[in-house]
Amino acid sequence: MRAAFNKALLEIAKKDPRVYMILADIGYGEIEGFANAFPKRFINCGVAEQNMTGVACGVAMEGNIAITYSIANFPTLRCLEQIRNDVCYHKANVKIVIIGGGMAYGPLGISHHSTEDLAILRALPNMVVIAPCDIPEAIEATKSMMAYNGPVYYRCGYKKEPNVYDGPVKFTICKANVIREGKDATVIFTGTIGHNCKLAVEELAKKGIKCRLISMHTVKPIDVDAIKNAAIQTGAIITVEEHNICGGLGSAVAEVLMDSGVGKVPFKRLALPDVNVSKIGSQKWLLEEYELGVQHIVKAVKGMLK
Amino acid sequence: MSELKKVKNRKCRELAYQVKLNCLKMVYGGQSGHIGSMLSCAEILSVLYLKILRNITPEDAKNPERDRLIFSKGHGGGALFATLAELGYFPKEWLDTYYQDAGKLSGHISHHINGVEFSTGSLGHGLPVAAGMALVGYRTKQKHRVFCVVSDGDCNAGSTWEAIMLAGQHGWDNLTMIVDYNRLQALGNSEDIINLDPFDVKLRDFGWGVRVVEDGHDVNQLEKALTKLPVEKGKPSAIICRTIKGKGVSFMEGNFNCHYGPVTKELYEKAVAEIKAKGI
Repeated sequence: MRAAFNKALLEIAKKDPRVYMILADIGYGEIEGFANAFPKRFINCGVAEQNMTGVACGVAMEGNIAITYSIANFPTLRCLEQIRNDVCYHKANVKIVIIGGGMAYGPLGISHHSTEDLAILRALPNMVVIAPCDIPEAIEATKSMMAYNGPVYYRCGYKKEPNVYDGPVKFTICKANVIREGKDATVIFTGTIGHNCKLAVEELAKKGIKCRLISMHTVKPIDVDAIKNAAIQTGAIITVEEHNICGGLGSAVAEVLMDSGVGKVPFKRLALPDVNVSKIGSQKWLLEEYELGVQHIVKAVKGMLK
Repeated sequence: MSELKKVKNRKCRELAYQVKLNCLKMVYGGQSGHIGSMLSCAEILSVLYLKILRNITPEDAKNPERDRLIFSKGHGGGALFATLAELGYFPKEWLDTYYQDAGKLSGHISHHINGVEFSTGSLGHGLPVAAGMALVGYRTKQKHRVFCVVSDGDCNAGSTWEAIMLAGQHGWDNLTMIVDYNRLQALGNSEDIINLDPFDVKLRDFGWGVRVVEDGHDVNQLEKALTKLPVEKGKPSAIICRTIKGKGVSFMEGNFNCHYGPVTKELYEKAVAEIKAKGI
């Protein structure tokens, strides 16, 4: 997904001279295309994310679109106040892109896991929060993000994520995509955990449980109608995210359910427990360890429908 | 010509004088803090607006060719508000609403006010943004310049040094950092907290051209230091202005208590009397 994002961005930058890439010494093997094609619109700020974000804000205030890009928490939590005060308050056209959303950097450990980002970023006024699930969605999300005027947080995956969508992807910010129809329950996910959800929903279908599968690629602003319709039409909702149980997709969906008065349906949040991930292993292994594997999702849906 | 010069300098002094009186009134009216930080930079702002900044007027504060001014020491923003009000960027009556319920002007500088380029308040934010603006201006060969007023506290912040290193590395000579170097900060003497001296040496080591203004309240010295920029071609410029926190009010000068302390009626009247007695 990382490569697909960079390629899509490069194509946009070829047509739009306002696109700048502001880095903090991360992007080896991926950003060279942009750096070589547009040296005047590229800068490596060194390992200095606060400055990277401030510089990006200044670049954007001059009428440009500035991309900050780094691993996991570096361009978000490290410089959160710059994002809040400088980018969001001034509605600066800055796109904050992370690589390795969730636990994609698996064995590198907690410093490289982005597992509280959705909660924290969605709490900021004027911020749009996007987490694409597969490469086709990531490409369309990139186009939408760049066409949107204002701060966006883009939680990118890492390498070779399998497809969740079967056909072409339409992407509109704040409009969730129904990937599969169903009437028994709805599985709402965000980001690359979508593939486990897809496999789980396929397995459930074989057992006669038809689930609606929704990619909530925009966590903020969230698609209220998609959630309400899911509650009314399918009668049960489960959310799945590669993120701490506090404040992420599940919380956002629960807020909508309760606020809109359709919350009296079976509801469950699958997420990481509220711990610092200290186990060591690949993303796939960690997801199993923290009960976000395909069978865990299958079991949770069945349990909810009992 | 010398007559004209005299009159011009008089205008800077007059503006700084009015700014100081306004700041005292605002701080007393709102029972807010930070008067010392405001009095510290009244002359710097007066000289910038009357002598240095180009292509910015109250009617056209967003002119693309304007010189940009990022005021990073947002807590001293009352001085910038007062300066802009005196110059007609917004109605002077708004100053009376400073720090008040449903007021027009907040305790830190806000871009919602005509003439204010950028909101600050948390230190260490201004210079990186100014550097980003300078990057664009430099690489697209624009004529306007970018100024950033920073405080001692600003220069404790790692983010300020990140921007210092980056701007020095790339030689953005359209960028000027003006240091309101009063050497007092929230909890005491900067010398005892983070001693920046020799500050000029540190900045030069990072690739900046540096000029020191021995009396940062002398509008002539300030004008001279800010007129010929960059200090060195191919390098960003730092103008270190030696200032006095609480300048103009004997019991505030050099007293760090004036960073936070609100002003009582008695002290307010005394302070106004002192400023008026000294004149412009």
